[in-house]
Amino acid sequence: MNGVHDVGGMQDMGPIHIETNEPVFHARWEGRVYALNRALGAWRKWNLDNSRWTQEMLPPAEYFTMSYYERWYHRMLKQLVESKLLTRAEIETGKPAKGSSKLTPALRAEEVTATFTKARFEGRSRAGAPPRFTAGQRVRARNIHPPGHTRLPRYARGHVGTIEADQGVFALPDTNAAFQGENPQHVYSVRFEARELWGEQARPQDVVYIDMWDSYLDPA
Amino acid sequence: MAKSKKSSPGRRRFLKGAAAGAAAFVANPQGGQAQHGQEHDHDHDHQAVPSDLTLRVKALESLLVEKGLVDRAALDAIVDTYEHRVGPHIGARIVARAWVDAEYKRRLLTDADAAITELGMGGQEGQSMRVIENTPKMHNVVVCTLCSCYPWSVLGLPPVWYKSTAYRARAVIDPRAVLREFGLEVTDDVQVRVWDSTAELRYLVLPERPPGTEHLSENELAALVTRDSMIGTRKVNSPGSSSGPRGKS
Repeated sequence: MNGVHDVGGMQDMGPIHIETNEPVFHARWEGRVYALNRALGAWRKWNLDNSRWTQEMLPPAEYFTMSYYERWYHRMLKQLVESKLLTRAEIETGKPAKGSSKLTPALRAEEVTATFTKARFEGRSRAGAPPRFTAGQRVRARNIHPPGHTRLPRYARGHVGTIEADQGVFALPDTNAAFQGENPQHVYSVRFEARELWGEQARPQDVVYIDMWDSYLDPA
Repeated sequence: MAKSKKSSPGRRRFLKGAAAGAAAFVANPQGGQAQHGQEHDHDHDHQAVPSDLTLRVKALESLLVEKGLVDRAALDAIVDTYEHRVGPHIGARIVARAWVDAEYKRRLLTDADAAITELGMGGQEGQSMRVIENTPKMHNVVVCTLCSCYPWSVLGLPPVWYKSTAYRARAVIDPRAVLREFGLEVTDDVQVRVWDSTAELRYLVLPERPPGTEHLSENELAALVTRDSMIGTRKVNSPGSSSGPRGKS
């Protein structure tokens, strides 16, 4: 989706506000929204790609004016309703629907440390489609504009780069976000000359690396 | 942040409208397009929020607890984890180890997952790590143009600027100007490498060890390493030197 989230290369965005001694959360509700998202994720009713896609579908004007965790809050409400964990009426009234039975939370406090902070390196070496490219090969990012979720940024489409490294096999966000299967395939670090992407205004020595799934690429 | 914006009546009205539009997004996700938003506010205050959000989040949490969908103690533990336990001090220990142990550094750059696990570190949003090394001729900087991907497991949660539209938009097209805003001037003899984290790889920059640190212990070195130096928007300063125009971050 050529959505509001795909901002790489946009201009006129103003200065970067750098806050010194920045707190992790700026208000209590931000920490609660973060924690609710993480705890609800344990129900496995959605996946990370679906969360990103849901957030990308926020109405564009609101996306830009909302704070970061406000986006998370609205995304979470939508996922709760769509996954039927909550009804809209329950959100509006703040009360469980009559006759609904109390569940056992999918994530308990004693599981938090093990779940979030222990080494869990996994996923890269899973089975998937065989790689179509190897390091050093010239490739062109496909000029595609899918209406659904994709992780191929607009600023790279149609441009030629070089495969720098094969990073292993990962689920394809384009289908995974819509619960249409993981379609695991190889992801590559693809190196683009800054001038290939931005023309003469870029420095000739500078480069941009973008991680790309196999099916985002054609041989160049 | 632009605190003055909060008192502007036009701004308040705009935000109220935004909240209503977002409610429509939940109620009618396909048709909730906003009818407003023509304003171009150059100085977005990303912390300004509708005043009732505190109450709405509290009400949602109570509902989810009452339904048995979340455990309140688990929420407390998650907040505590990211406020007090996981943060840039973890990445700093990895960097310091690489500075003092050339063989560890080699493993870190070739197989970051294994090298980080070796130190007993790791965790969610850091399952597939890659460490990239700054040199006198090469400066690396990390961004996520599509959302806010960040190596939570070794740096904690990202600062607001990393998640801001300004940083995400500008870092790929004009990285040198972005770095200048952090007080870092990259000269023409140095290549800038921008890493856009579009997939599930999470990037940690291995900054250059500053001069004048030969006598320091691993722990003392770790204390010098800043969050921003591991994102790539600053360098690590020598001990005792000024930490740049905007302070240590």
